[in-house]
Amino acid sequence: MSAAASNLPIARPSGSPPVGPLMKAPARDPAFAARVMWLSVALVLLWPLGVATEFRLWVLWEPENRKVSANFVRSFWPLVYDTEFLEMLLRETWRTVAMATAGVTLALVLAVPLSLLATRVLSLSALSGRMDRWPAVLRWCVRATLIVLRSIPELIWALVFVRVVGLGPTAGVLAIALTYGGMLGKVYAEILESGESHAAQTLMRNGSGRLQAFVYGLLPSHAAELASYTVYRWECAIRSSVVLGFVGAGGLGQQLDNSMKMFNGGEVATLLLVFIALVALADRVSAWLRKALA
Amino acid sequence: MKPTPTPTSISDATPLTRAFGQDAANPPWKLPPPLFDARCRACWFTAALLVLVVASFVSLNLDWAAFASMDAARSMGRFVAEFFPPDLSPIFLGKVVWAAWETLAMSALGTAIAALLGLALAVPASRLSSQDPAWLRSPTRWLLNALRAIPELVWAALLLISAGLGPMAGTLALALHTSGVLGRLFAEAMENVNSGPGDALRTQGVGPLRVFAYATLPQVLPQLMSYMLYRWENNIRAAAVLGVVGAGGLGQLLSFHMGLFQMNKTATILAAMLLMVGCVDALSFSVRRWLNR
Repeated sequence: MSAAASNLPIARPSGSPPVGPLMKAPARDPAFAARVMWLSVALVLLWPLGVATEFRLWVLWEPENRKVSANFVRSFWPLVYDTEFLEMLLRETWRTVAMATAGVTLALVLAVPLSLLATRVLSLSALSGRMDRWPAVLRWCVRATLIVLRSIPELIWALVFVRVVGLGPTAGVLAIALTYGGMLGKVYAEILESGESHAAQTLMRNGSGRLQAFVYGLLPSHAAELASYTVYRWECAIRSSVVLGFVGAGGLGQQLDNSMKMFNGGEVATLLLVFIALVALADRVSAWLRKALA
Repeated sequence: MKPTPTPTSISDATPLTRAFGQDAANPPWKLPPPLFDARCRACWFTAALLVLVVASFVSLNLDWAAFASMDAARSMGRFVAEFFPPDLSPIFLGKVVWAAWETLAMSALGTAIAALLGLALAVPASRLSSQDPAWLRSPTRWLLNALRAIPELVWAALLLISAGLGPMAGTLALALHTSGVLGRLFAEAMENVNSGPGDALRTQGVGPLRVFAYATLPQVLPQLMSYMLYRWENNIRAAAVLGVVGAGGLGQLLSFHMGLFQMNKTATILAAMLLMVGCVDALSFSVRRWLNR
């Protein structure tokens, strides 16, 4: 057995034909030409993108630029931790969480009725084949509203609301409420339509109202999924409420913006650390809640 | 199946039980459980949630008066009315189209760089074989988490200091945040890959680099591509707003014209943004349906 194995040539001199089932290992990568071709296609495609984005990395290495960035990064240490700053930090962190929570609460107020209106499963006329024309039009309109609300980013809503209600958390809360209302409403409707709808439809066939059919037929089987998606969105809202501070909606983002504009590296570093900790905490809490709900 | 009533249950049963029998889920005279019970986790959770929500609304002292008053409604109406008619002059439209192209280019280039960087970070962040000591696994994962935790917009604001105003800062910001996201996803994908082909090569004495290139990568490549496309879709949306801090694209044009209160131009840019996001959504929806067919 071992003698036979040692007789089989693993690396044979090139040019000799393969013997038996064991083929000569190719000396070169067999797919070499294809790889080179795809790589060059990718480079050719990336070139105009680089031109459009003025992507000139060497700008970062120009002497004055390098000096400015090095000074900024060097000022990150020591961190700022005097009492006054820490108090402000705590207040703004709470404010960030509160903005996200209030925003998601208002988003729920918007999303729940709209998603109930948009759900096709809860249509009485669709029980007997096709949905009637006007209910279908209404559902389509509600769906379009949700999509429009969702596709305008919260930052743009915040820019608009800062103009209307002035600087402060109100603009941020409203921005989160509208964008997340759209997101939650659309996904709620999708979740409600995705599962088993037999119970709800049987209830409606036997004369129950649509709300009753929802509460007793649809909600029990989808409650965990709905709640877990809401918790996930709350986590996302915490992240975006920080960003909203950059346009003047208060919270950690606004402090970060101020410190950055004053090139105060120590404050920036402390704020970033607190922010990373906050996001990690929200991540943990949300993962734990979702596991408890499942 | 009806349980046969035992003599004891008949002896202490009221006429009501006999009328309803033992079949009901809970006997009709039994009260529902109390609303709050110290052992009920859901009750505590609901209470905590209520406290959180109420505390949020109270501590923010939101300016409802400014928003719900007649005055605010009027100013909102005036604000919306100023949007019309949108500025559709060819010169401005050309600028908007260029900015939209810039946004698209930022997102595509940012995602491409992020994929390379994410792949480079995912290799040390994953345990590729059971013999792999993977010393760098947790430090790299910490780095990936930090990259991921800081949003694109904050990265952009930080990078403006060294890269200056313009789309390059935005591209780098997208690349850094996305490399955190993709690196983590790539690492998970590589750890979950079937280890057979890699083990076969390793027992033949092939080095780690070639094992990665010829066994691990070909297996995970389709998954990596789908993650990349998904992130690209997200990044187009993110790139549209990055400009608000001065990092190029449609957002920069938007904040510039909104700052000058040129509402007609703002309306055009907003419409362009909506159109772009809508097109990307529709495209990704149809691609996904085509892939799942």
